[in-house]
Amino acid sequence: MRKTRRTAWRARRVGAAAAALALLGPLAACGGDEGGTPTINLYYAPEQNLQKVVDDCNAEAAGRYRISYQVLPRGADDQRVQMVRRLAAEDDGMDVLGLDITWTQEFASADWILEWTGDNQAQAEQGTLAGPLASAEYQDKLFAAPKNTNVQLLWYRTDLVPQPPSTWDEMIQQSLDLKGQGKPYQVITMGAQYEGLVVLYNTITVSAGGHILDDEGTDVVFDQGAVRGLEILHRFATAGVTSPSFTNSIEDDARLQFQGGNAAFQLNWPFVYPAMQEAAPDLAAKVRWARYPGVDAGTPSKVTIGGYNLAVSRYSKHPQEAFDAALCLRNAEHQKFSAINDGVPPTIESVYADPEMTEAYPMKDTILEELRDPATRPLSPAYQNISTVMSATLSPPASIRPEHTANELRKSIKDALESKGVLP
Amino acid sequence: MSATSTAAKHRAQPLSRAEKARLSEGKRAERRLGWLLCAPAAIVMVAVTAYPILYSVWLSLQRYDLKFPDDREFVGLSNYVTVLGNQYWWTAFGVTMLITVVTVVVELVLGMALALVMHRTLVGRGIVRTSALIPYGIVTVVAAFSWRYAWTPGTGYLANLFSDSAPLTERASSLAIIMLAEIWKTTPFMALLLMAGLALVPEDLLKAAAMDGATAWQRFTKVMLPVMKPAILVALLFRTLDAFRVFDNIYVLTAGANETSSVSMLAYNNLIKGLNLGIGSTMSVLIFLTVAIIAFVFVKLFGTAAPGSSEEGRR
Repeated sequence: MRKTRRTAWRARRVGAAAAALALLGPLAACGGDEGGTPTINLYYAPEQNLQKVVDDCNAEAAGRYRISYQVLPRGADDQRVQMVRRLAAEDDGMDVLGLDITWTQEFASADWILEWTGDNQAQAEQGTLAGPLASAEYQDKLFAAPKNTNVQLLWYRTDLVPQPPSTWDEMIQQSLDLKGQGKPYQVITMGAQYEGLVVLYNTITVSAGGHILDDEGTDVVFDQGAVRGLEILHRFATAGVTSPSFTNSIEDDARLQFQGGNAAFQLNWPFVYPAMQEAAPDLAAKVRWARYPGVDAGTPSKVTIGGYNLAVSRYSKHPQEAFDAALCLRNAEHQKFSAINDGVPPTIESVYADPEMTEAYPMKDTILEELRDPATRPLSPAYQNISTVMSATLSPPASIRPEHTANELRKSIKDALESKGVLP
Repeated sequence: MSATSTAAKHRAQPLSRAEKARLSEGKRAERRLGWLLCAPAAIVMVAVTAYPILYSVWLSLQRYDLKFPDDREFVGLSNYVTVLGNQYWWTAFGVTMLITVVTVVVELVLGMALALVMHRTLVGRGIVRTSALIPYGIVTVVAAFSWRYAWTPGTGYLANLFSDSAPLTERASSLAIIMLAEIWKTTPFMALLLMAGLALVPEDLLKAAAMDGATAWQRFTKVMLPVMKPAILVALLFRTLDAFRVFDNIYVLTAGANETSSVSMLAYNNLIKGLNLGIGSTMSVLIFLTVAIIAFVFVKLFGTAAPGSSEEGRR
């Protein structure tokens, strides 16, 4: 009796040990650098064909390192929160990080990513457009390598608009004229309370010569140009040219509204063009693109850039290999591949001259023109907080009272810079 | 007469004192054993709750922003001044209070009805109880997602019932949906706690009341409710504390858009998204204090007792 119970107990113990081993198994495989090849964990947003670039780099590395692509969630906030939480806990399982360009200063200031120096820095800067490069710098040091950029264009209906407008005033006037004639007239863009609204406002402000922060990104300026930006945004929202769901629209909503056929203009990212060719080919045939409208006649617009940078985690166990891997992922050849297959505009200027780009990017000259003279969003570690309070204050744009709203923003942005702000 | 009685008293007192000493000695040993027995649990509790609470308080007294590690400094109570002077905080506080009061009241009424049904059911008692408990068994986030899709125009059956509007994009309707989801989810829990209270009501008492001519309503309000009072108060306390910390339903349904944030959402946004440990911890401490005040009011003012504690233990 006693013996059997003991054996039973032992059997159970063996079973438990086996279960524990089974649980630990995957963990061990995760941390293992089999055969001496360091595994470089790349944390990047979902990008359909990025795995092919990764495979290519792994082949090129010839056993020096092996990149493993860990796909982050789709939402930008979710991506950032996951990386931030793990970095705050000094997690060494992340090597190369895909950062939205507006996070780079924050991660650098928090001391979570390594500075790029020497040969790595030279390679990352070689031939890279100045705008995207500036987004990867913090306190005059390079903290990331720009992987891709992005910029919005003005899309317009050639059957309604013979000559694309070059300023906001002109565009609003043309739209009102069309409205008077009973034709499709709406100006479609993103106006929901989120980052897209801040991008819209930033583009108008920088085009008007305004500044939200000073050049170091440490203090609020919010000058006359910024107040003018508020005036124009307010006029646009109240002129009767927007779609009824303007204040509720994000990128894809705007695209669908334009495809609906009631609009003459759309301000949106380049992804709308291939999507329109697929979903509404008749309409797409009538649509052309132009540089985003500016504020003053004769002064071209400065358009806010987007995109992703690659940074190396401070807690990486293989920093040198991580730098090499990042450089491979964003080299000219792979940027061209990603541009053609995933629709993300390159940061290396020479790639635009490649003949293969013409077919996939008929609008590449206009993109490049805007990219050579772009606007960046305020380069500050506190950008997330600044953006949150800005979108809350600017929404809905029709209720902006320029001077009053400007004072409100001066105070709340200053609070955000001093870690005193409360986020909604 | 008086002499004997005094003598008796004199005799009795030392005796009783000795007796008391003996008793209390036994009791003290018992008590010591009790302490020893619960010490491991108490130590673990302190380790996992007291340390984080004290650490939060310490963080809330600092300017500590992960984005600016070099600017970390002690700032006294200025974070509290910032938070308590902020409109977002008070809006969220109002929303949380509204959700707490409305959901707990509705849950109490519905929970009581459900408890009576479950208590009185004669046939299929197991099936009735199980099916009533299903909502409570579903993971809140999963349930919240199904509510969200149900209320999304185009995909949802509920949104299509009420014209083509998008109820989750407006404040009043969003709050109503959040409360509906909360009530649907936790009424079974309330019913379960109340059913335990119903079991305390002696059948004889009800029969006697019926004999005396009490109507069903009178039996309910005059007999059942007073007997059940301790169980009701415990149920209310649990649900109020729970409801005040509402997070998952709001996070999934509206993510705090259109001023539907609760205080927990606000603390999450400032801590996790804003990386501002100072302000975020201040909010956490304020939430903790509010919850503590609610518990204090329930226990001291309404005389709620912890389940299982005797009359003596409460004193």
